[in-house]
Amino acid sequence: MKKRYVKSTVATLAAVLVAIGMTACSASDKSNDASSAGTSSGEGEAPESVTVVIAGSTSVQPLSEMLAEAYMDDHPEVGIEVQGGGSGQGIKAVEEKIADFGALSRELKSEEEVVAAEQFLIAKDGIAVVVNNATELSDITVEQLKRIYTGEVANWSEVGGGDAKINVITREEGSGTRSAFGELTGVLGKDENGEERDFTIDSAIVQNSTGAVLQTVAATPDSIGFVSLGSVDDSVKVLEVEGVKASKETVVSGEYKISRPFLYICGPNLGDGARSFAEFILSGEGQAIVEDAGFIAAA
Amino acid sequence: MRIITIASEQKRRRSRSVREATIERLLFLAGIVGALSVALITVFLFASGLPAFANFGLGNFLFETRWSPTNGVYGTLALTAGTLSVTLTALVIGIPSGVACAVFLSEILPPKAARAFKFAIELLAGIPSVVYGFFGLIVVVPAVRMYILPIVRLWDPDAHTTGLSILSGAIILAVMILPTIVSLSENAISSVPEEYKEASLALGANKRQTIARVLIPAAKSGILASIILGMGRAVGETMAVLLITGNAAVMPKSLLDPVATLTGTIAMEMSYADTSHQQALFAVGVILFLIIMLLNAVAQTAAKRMGARRS
Repeated sequence: MKKRYVKSTVATLAAVLVAIGMTACSASDKSNDASSAGTSSGEGEAPESVTVVIAGSTSVQPLSEMLAEAYMDDHPEVGIEVQGGGSGQGIKAVEEKIADFGALSRELKSEEEVVAAEQFLIAKDGIAVVVNNATELSDITVEQLKRIYTGEVANWSEVGGGDAKINVITREEGSGTRSAFGELTGVLGKDENGEERDFTIDSAIVQNSTGAVLQTVAATPDSIGFVSLGSVDDSVKVLEVEGVKASKETVVSGEYKISRPFLYICGPNLGDGARSFAEFILSGEGQAIVEDAGFIAAA
Repeated sequence: MRIITIASEQKRRRSRSVREATIERLLFLAGIVGALSVALITVFLFASGLPAFANFGLGNFLFETRWSPTNGVYGTLALTAGTLSVTLTALVIGIPSGVACAVFLSEILPPKAARAFKFAIELLAGIPSVVYGFFGLIVVVPAVRMYILPIVRLWDPDAHTTGLSILSGAIILAVMILPTIVSLSENAISSVPEEYKEASLALGANKRQTIARVLIPAAKSGILASIILGMGRAVGETMAVLLITGNAAVMPKSLLDPVATLTGTIAMEMSYADTSHQQALFAVGVILFLIIMLLNAVAQTAAKRMGARRS
C-alpha cells in the first residue's frame, strides 16, 4: 500500500510538472503571437486573420476601442484587442513584445525613446479642471492650480473664492492624467538637487479613475479635480484656465494651457496589419472618430 | 459455473480497485495543485518583495510614514495604519451587531423566520465588492459628511471631512463581514448542547442571563473564529475600500480622515509601476501576507484551544 502510494505520488508529481510546463509554453506562444501577428498577413494571398494588440493609457483606451470597432467593421479579417494598464504599461508591453502598439497619454520621456521605433500622434486632449457645481469661482491660473495641488493654498478665499477649505482630489501615482496635469502645472517638477519630484500634497484624496474623480467632485462641496476634457459632463463645473475656456478650439490653437498628446508607439518590425490600422487612424475617417469621441484631431 | 462466477467476481474486484486507485490519484492531484499554488505564490511573492526590504532598508520601509513612489520614498507605516484603522473600526461596528444578530436568529426568532433572515444575510456575501464600494461612495460618504460631521463639530469646530474616510470605509466593511460573523456565530450558538440552556433555566436564570452567561461563553470559540475570519476578509478587501477611503497616504488622526490601505495601494499602482516601485508593491504584499497569516494562525490556535473541550 505504502509503496503503491509513493509510486503514484511520483506519477502525479510528474503529471503536474508536465502540466505546468505546458501552460508556460502556451503562454509564451501567445506572446509571440501578439508580436508577430501583424507580419503574418503581408503576402497578398487570401487574407489571414490578424490580431493587433494595443495596451497602455486608460485615457486613450475608450478612443482606441472606438477606432478598433470602426476598423474591424471594414476589415473583418483583423481582430484588435485593446487593453488598459496605464501609459507606463504601454511602454512595457511594446518592450516585451506583448503588444503591437503602446498607447500613451503624455509625451514620450527621453529614456523611453529606445523602446519606440516609431510614434504616431493620434489625437490631442485637454485636461479640464473641474470643481463642484456650487463653487462660485469660475477662473483660475496655472500658478494657483500649482499652489492648490502642492498645498501652499488651502482655502478657496486665497484664490478668489468663498471662505472654505479646498478639498483636493487627484489621481493615483502613475496615472497618465496625473503626470500630464503635474507636468503642465508644475506640481511635478525638479527639486533643488535637480531630481524629478511630485509635490502633490499628501492629504489629497486619491481616486483611481476618471469616473471616480467626477463622482467625488460632483458629490463633495468645495472640491477640485481634473479629468480629460472629453469625459466632462454636467455633474461638475469646468473652470477657465488663465481666462481661456477649455475647448477643442483652444487646445488646438494652443491657448488652453493644460493639454496633452495621445500617442501610439511601436517597436521595430511593425506588422502590415498593425500599420494599416495606424494609417486608418491618421486618415480623415479615423480623425473624424477622434472628434466624435470628444478629443481633438491630431492634424 | 462456479469457476465463471469466481472469474467474473475477480474481474469486478480488479476493476473496482483500478477505479479506486484512479479516483484516489485524482483527489491527490487536486490536493497537490492546491498546495503547489500556495507554495508558488508564496515563493514568488517573497522573491519579488524581499529585495525591496533590502533596497529601501527594513526600518525605513516599515516605519517611514511617507509613501510617494514618484519621489522614490517608500514607507508603508501610513498604509499599515490605514489598513488597521479601517479594519479595527469595522470590527468595532461589526462584532456587536453581528453577534447580536446571531443571538437574535438562534435564540429569539422562531426557526422559520430565522431561516428567512439568515438567507437574507447570506445574500450579502454574494454582492460583488465593487458594488459595495459604489454604494458606499454614493450613499455612505455623503451621509458621513452631512450627518456625522455636524455632530463631531459640536465638540471639535475645526473638524473637516469630505466623507471619504476611515469611518465610511469601516461602515461598508462592517456590512461586508456581517455574513461571516452572523452565520458562523449562529452555528456556534445553535450547537451549544440543549442541556446547558435547560440547566441554566432550571436554576432560575432568565432568558437574558442564559444567553449572556451561558450560551455566548459556551459558543465563544466559534464566535471568535467567525470574528477572525471576518477580520481576514476586512484586511484583504480591496475594491470597496479603494473607492471610499480617499487613499491619501497619511497617518490618520481621526476617524474622519482619509487613509490609503495596503491592498488599495497595490491595486491602484501595480499597473503603472516600474521596477523598484513594483518591488515595493510586492513588499507591501508581503506585509499583507504576513498580517493575514498571523490572523489565521491566531484563529486556528484559538479555535483549537477553546474547541477542544467540546469535541
